[in-house]
Amino acid sequence: MTIASKGESLKRREDHRLITGDGTYVDDVRLPGLSHVAFVRSPHAHALIRSIDASAAAAAPGVQRVFTGAELQEQLGSLPVGWVLPDQNSPPHPPLAFEKVRYVGDAVAAIVADSPYEAQDATELVKVEYEPLDVVVDGEKATQMGAPQLHEDAPDNTSFEWEVHSADRGYDDAAKEAEVVIKQRMRNQRLIPNSMEPRGIVADFNAGTEQITIWTSTQIPHLVRLLFSAVTGHPEHKVRVIAPDVGGAFGSKLYLYAEEVILGMIAKNLKRPVKWIESRQENFIATTHGRDHIADAEICGNRDGTISGFKVHVYANLGAYLSTFAPGIPTILYGLLLSGVYKVPHISCVVTGVFTNTTPVDAYRGAGRPEATFVLERLVDMFAAEIGRDPVAVRRKNFLPTFKNGRTVSTGVVYDSGDYRATLNRALEIFDYKEFRREQREARRNGRLIGVGFSTYIEISGLAPSAVAASLGAGAGLWESSTVRVHPTGTVTVYTGTASSGQGHETTFAQIASEELGVPYDDIDIVHGDTEKQPFGTGTFGSRSVSVGGQALLMSLVKVKEKATKIAAHQMGVEPDQVTFKDGTFTVEDIPESQMTFAEVAGQAYSAVNLPPDTEPGLEAVSFFDPENFTWPFGCHICVVEVSPDTGETRVLRYVAVDDIGNVINPMIVDGMLHGGIAQGIGQAMQERAVYSDDGQLLSGSMLDYAVPTAEDLPMFETDRTVTPSPSNDLGVKGAGEAGTIAATPAIVNAAVDALKHLGVRHIDMPLHSEKMWRIIRDAREKQRAERSTRAKQRETGGKS
Amino acid sequence: MTTSATAPFSYVRPSSVEEASRLLSRSGGSAALIAGGHSLIPLMKTRLVSPEVLIDLSAIDGLSGISSDTNGLNIGAMTSYEELESSDAVNEGAYALAEAAGQVADVQVRNWGTIGGALAYSDPAGDLPAVVLALEATISARSARASRSIPADRFFRDFLTTALRANEVLTEIHIPAPSKGTGSAYAKLANKASHYALVGVAAVIQIDGSGTCTKARIGVTGAGPFAKRSRRAERILEGKELTDSVVRRAAERVGVEYQGMFNEDIHASAEYREAMAKVIGVRAISMAVERAG
Repeated sequence: MTIASKGESLKRREDHRLITGDGTYVDDVRLPGLSHVAFVRSPHAHALIRSIDASAAAAAPGVQRVFTGAELQEQLGSLPVGWVLPDQNSPPHPPLAFEKVRYVGDAVAAIVADSPYEAQDATELVKVEYEPLDVVVDGEKATQMGAPQLHEDAPDNTSFEWEVHSADRGYDDAAKEAEVVIKQRMRNQRLIPNSMEPRGIVADFNAGTEQITIWTSTQIPHLVRLLFSAVTGHPEHKVRVIAPDVGGAFGSKLYLYAEEVILGMIAKNLKRPVKWIESRQENFIATTHGRDHIADAEICGNRDGTISGFKVHVYANLGAYLSTFAPGIPTILYGLLLSGVYKVPHISCVVTGVFTNTTPVDAYRGAGRPEATFVLERLVDMFAAEIGRDPVAVRRKNFLPTFKNGRTVSTGVVYDSGDYRATLNRALEIFDYKEFRREQREARRNGRLIGVGFSTYIEISGLAPSAVAASLGAGAGLWESSTVRVHPTGTVTVYTGTASSGQGHETTFAQIASEELGVPYDDIDIVHGDTEKQPFGTGTFGSRSVSVGGQALLMSLVKVKEKATKIAAHQMGVEPDQVTFKDGTFTVEDIPESQMTFAEVAGQAYSAVNLPPDTEPGLEAVSFFDPENFTWPFGCHICVVEVSPDTGETRVLRYVAVDDIGNVINPMIVDGMLHGGIAQGIGQAMQERAVYSDDGQLLSGSMLDYAVPTAEDLPMFETDRTVTPSPSNDLGVKGAGEAGTIAATPAIVNAAVDALKHLGVRHIDMPLHSEKMWRIIRDAREKQRAERSTRAKQRETGGKS
Repeated sequence: MTTSATAPFSYVRPSSVEEASRLLSRSGGSAALIAGGHSLIPLMKTRLVSPEVLIDLSAIDGLSGISSDTNGLNIGAMTSYEELESSDAVNEGAYALAEAAGQVADVQVRNWGTIGGALAYSDPAGDLPAVVLALEATISARSARASRSIPADRFFRDFLTTALRANEVLTEIHIPAPSKGTGSAYAKLANKASHYALVGVAAVIQIDGSGTCTKARIGVTGAGPFAKRSRRAERILEGKELTDSVVRRAAERVGVEYQGMFNEDIHASAEYREAMAKVIGVRAISMAVERAG
């Protein structure tokens, strides 16, 4: 193939190997002498461990060793928290529980056996004597008096109370003066990420070099290495972490997990390679969950449609322990978004982070931003309904004006660029709003319930300017690195510190490199996910790969071009500024016979026979990029739903999405990301939810009970884009991976509320399950009937009184 | 609970029903028959059940396939959902069965799962039990020594419990040929996650030349611990001209047999299932009436 360029919809080059079975996932890593690990997990949500008798398991066929938490305690340490807020309680998190278990799935012993089957069989032979304790699973109840306490050093089960306010702290005064104040409790239900590939780990120890190598299905190989070393004391330079092909993550592979530490240390103890592949059932309880907010939300404003402020208090359920980035999700990525796309002077947000006897909660696609967007976009609709104005008109009235290079909003953050009218206008070109309202009236007359919902969202992506992130609690810099290595024949290997879990790095990054160097696309390889190959990198999350990692790549490409130009000029006997580089060829103006290809220059760089003075041999560049700002994608999503009055079944009839993510490198990949994001948003709005019983058992613990959406649950998506380039990077790109998920849920719920508005419905919590909708309709109709008969009676008796 | 591999078991693949029955008898209750395995294997992998012996029925000749004659359809127990769904004979002679088979789970399950497995397991939310009740099917079972036929309405006894004896193998399902003017239908409200029926209703309606309903059979699944006939609904329909109001009045009785025993779980309350039996009842009966006419 020839030179590729930015803006082309190339098919993903990684897909052929992944689809045809030639990919290498962790389970495909097979080493000589490989042993297998299975975990004994707590069936209790909260219990003291009285004793563990592993003798029968240790004697079982094929079993090599059984490790308990008490035994490995010293070596394993406590899992770290990578995000620390002011006055945060971060209680210890032993990778293997000893003394106490705090959620169903907490690992208490690890069995090493010759085969995975023997290891699993032996888990049933480990006798753990538990003393069950009282359990709390609800984020609000856990903070109340008398609730069971999970950790000694977290009174009231509270990890932190974090706040952000507009500078004047004026919300309460504004609410007193406002003509309208609306309050609503909103629950953002707990979700289970369910990546296609569950987690998996292979760990090996080389006794000669003392190197531990860990293959793990992760988004963050370098951070796993850093944190592994910090926890275990094994020196960082003697730890290698490899993320091979990763079959999806959605944020759930963004941490140092207990199993990574345990496998690494078992390999070191036994001096042999060990493997653990998470089962789907295990994935439901042992891999992080997402969301789980109880928000008391408030909006105030005037009857002319002006919004004066938003206020929210959130109980954020963090689960039993702090996962690596857990404190950052419901705070920074939530509270700092609460101005939305609106010119709102007063913001007040308090977040209480709470421990409960449930699986730890951390980032899940969108991570904090979907929760914030749901609250905001629902409040705006409730406000519009209350003052009897159109929800679109109210949004327009409060939009921030268009800006190209920075605008500070009431939460104190600086948005990069925005044109919120443009996305709304484009969406309304696709969706005939006036015509829909006519159809809606007609449908209502025929007994059909249809409604439309809008979501004019903004999100924070491109994590992150390191100093800003550090001031907000991040424990690591969030910059990114790249290495561009040109080989003597002119082919190129690009090393990026980001790590694909399905985003298409190998295609997108190659497009950028091919265009910049004029090197054929097929002559460029993108290598990611191996701490031995790349300089330190932060990984892939928070829709950051191209806006941070792509910019780091661009900087290395520029350096390579500069050096190549210098060498070409020297060889052609001219000054560098006389040389033009285009489509892979160096030319000199006015001397048409003088030209060199990029490959020829690469060859000269390595033969080093005739280099300019003070020029080192070789052609390679390394760059580190730390952005000055996040990127702030935005857009307008419109959803139409129909609710069956008989059964409550709710269906998405139409979905229009106009997003602005700045410049786009590969439109097809970006479309795929937006489609997938919207699908996950529809999943949350319509059907997904994790349900715990009061005693802490996960009742939705398998695909039989947890409803991930499939194609039959989704309509055709009608998508388009506007382009407002980001000034945060030279590519002008913003994040695309999470926008769909962030935007979707309020659009859908707003549509459902709109469908039932005439029945007096103001708010519905997700998911829009059939029974819930059926009850709402039934209760609303009963209430209306009761009101009608009361009025009729009043009329009858009216004359007499 | 978090395992992904079954407990150890031994595996046998008999070549006759008699041999399978003898193996069942010999196991003293520790064996399980496997047909398509799409209910059994997930339970084994999570170790909710751990049979010591797995008796695979796939090598037994004559357990699979569909044949039809003037008496009706004979369907081998090992016939897959996919075969039911795509069979002309089933589409002509027992439309509701093809319609229900096409709504089971997903393509992969429909290619493996079998009618015999579905009936013998009697999942309370399975689709086919309601259909064989409404179609007045007869279920044949054989042991090493004897064989017998069990009418569908005496087959489903309790939660995951059928009339099959411990040494019996379900071999065939017979569905009588429909009389002239018969229409059948299956409608369900599906669990979004599993696609099992929150409530499923099968209806078979026969209408004579004058437009009077001469026979009505209604089967319900998902609503309670096992599939049941809705006889009170049937009685309202029979002998009447099936106007919308008669259908609605009959549907009001669909599910009343489950009074006090409606299923309740995280997907739907007993109250909702009770109400939905009526709504889905209207849908199934109306479709069957339309097809009868």
